[in-house]
Amino acid sequence: MIKFENISKSYGQTAILKNISFEIKQGEFVVLIGPSGCGKTTTLKTINRLIEPNDGKIFINGKDITKENPVELRRTIGYVIQQIGLFPNMTVEQNISVVPRLLKYPKQKCKEIVQDLLKLVDMPYEENAHKYPSELSGGQQQRIGVLRALAASPPIILMDEPFGALDPLTRDTLQEEIKQIQKKLKKTIVFVTHDMDEALSLADTIIFMDKGKIIQMASPEEMLQNPGAPIIKSFLSKQIDNGSNGNGSQKLFAEDFMRTKVLKVPKTSRTLECIKLMSSRDVNSLVVINEDDTYLGTVTIEKIKEQGQPGKEIADLVTAEVITVGRKEAAQVAFDKLLSSESSYVIVLNDNQTVAGLITRTSMAKALGEALWGEVQ
Amino acid sequence: MSLIEFSLSSYNEVLKNLIRHVELVGISILLGILISIPLGIFLTRHKRMAGLVLALAGTIQTIPGLVMLGFALILIGIGMLPAIAVLTLYAILPILRNTYTGITEVDKSYTEASRGIGMTNMQTLFKVEIPIALPTIITGIRLSTVYIVSWATLAGLIGAGGLGDLIWTGLSTYNTNYILAGAIPSAILALILNGLIGLLEKILTPRGLRGSRV
Ligand SMILES: Nc1ncnc2c1ncn2[C@@H]1O[C@H](COP(=O)(O)OP(=O)(O)O)[C@@H](O)[C@H]1O
Ligand SMILES: [Mg+2]
Repeated sequence: MIKFENISKSYGQTAILKNISFEIKQGEFVVLIGPSGCGKTTTLKTINRLIEPNDGKIFINGKDITKENPVELRRTIGYVIQQIGLFPNMTVEQNISVVPRLLKYPKQKCKEIVQDLLKLVDMPYEENAHKYPSELSGGQQQRIGVLRALAASPPIILMDEPFGALDPLTRDTLQEEIKQIQKKLKKTIVFVTHDMDEALSLADTIIFMDKGKIIQMASPEEMLQNPGAPIIKSFLSKQIDNGSNGNGSQKLFAEDFMRTKVLKVPKTSRTLECIKLMSSRDVNSLVVINEDDTYLGTVTIEKIKEQGQPGKEIADLVTAEVITVGRKEAAQVAFDKLLSSESSYVIVLNDNQTVAGLITRTSMAKALGEALWGEVQ
Repeated sequence: MSLIEFSLSSYNEVLKNLIRHVELVGISILLGILISIPLGIFLTRHKRMAGLVLALAGTIQTIPGLVMLGFALILIGIGMLPAIAVLTLYAILPILRNTYTGITEVDKSYTEASRGIGMTNMQTLFKVEIPIALPTIITGIRLSTVYIVSWATLAGLIGAGGLGDLIWTGLSTYNTNYILAGAIPSAILALILNGLIGLLEKILTPRGLRGSRV
């Protein structure tokens, strides 16, 4: 689908990209990763011709992109940037439909596109379409940034550290969403990050770059097992050092890689305040606890919206669908439960049934690395 | 004669000069806008020239009005034409500078996004940069206008009429009534135009930008 052939780029005497070649298949989620300044953004921008290489060729579906008009090319490639860049003078609806309008789609069609896309990220049309970007939270803004990139149904989406500026909880949620969207809409995504956790949990294929060159291109599993260079190894272990306290024990427990930052609410909370909390923190569900702090269950935003009544307590809406594990259960067991579970996380409980933390796909990816690199200093 | 009696008896003369004053201000501001906004936008695309052009416009601003009028008198003669030429020159700087900075200060993330999603340079200019810079540009127009209302009183010196006519007549005949009949309406005119353009600025500021400058 996208093919780089010996791409080089230099500014003056400085070579930024050195003879890069690779190929991305249709529907693949490819993550470009590497240290700051290694040329990830430059590589990405050569695809939509925001940057023209000095040498080499790029083909999309077999067509040399330099033969196409750059403006028309860009309208067929979605583009999401870290700074979000929603137009502040346009409403959410106008921002999402900006490319369809450039392409002169009929008005009704534009509106349908906006309605369908907002549904995709659980932001009701009536409530959000007429807001301005400044009235949204950071996570909501970037959701709209992603929808703007999807609006004209481009087969390819380029994303440059799209979640880099968001807080960790929001980032996790958006990572889940983009992965879901990619599977559902079968997009080819090229995604830049410097965060190995993010790369491991999103990518079908990871391209590791350093100093303008590709060091390794492999699946996450393969990169974890056979890192192609010391720098990749150190990237993998750096992530792990940040993440856990490594107690030297060989056996890993659920508690070793759970995330302890969990949004908990008492079962006596009112529906409205829960919705407010969820939207301000950009999460879809909350952990609900009893008066004595023990775990009761979870409540999702859909459930409250479907069945909740304003002012009512959430107790009736709580379900125990999410699987729980004890903090001393083996990591393996926790992973198996997470993988076979419907939900995107499992809850870790203390011995006294209070909530200790939760394990998400991202924290699992981190733990996988730890299993392999746990002793690396 | 009291000021009130004077105003009543010279009502027509004051009104005539007031209208002429508004004409002088209106025409020179309009010309100033027509020159400065395109020039300002041009400079944002050719930043190397910007320093030079803005410095030149700044220098013009520091030349005393009387000196400029003297030049205009020698080069063009008397009447409205030389007065408008001089006032237009003075109107240029604030609008030019605000257009230039307004557009230059539009956050790079917006222009990066607009190019990246496939807007042409013109579409980026008209759909993104100008709307975001509009409040700043209108502030420039407001500054120019207030400023030109007072400079326009000098136009009376070279026979262009306007409220300055009354002031200069008063000064040369030691008649305070004449001076006040020129000075008070021009002060009020400045206040009213300032308010009106301020209102226009509020109305034309895109809703998403109100309350916070970006
Ligand atoms: N316009 C430019 N002129 C000169 N050097 C540049 C320019 N743009 C980027 N670079 C340099 O190219 C290198 C790669 O940049 P970039 O692709 O943005 O890195 P990354 O996204 O991996 O952090 C950096 O060292 C950067 O300083
Ligand atoms: Mg970058």
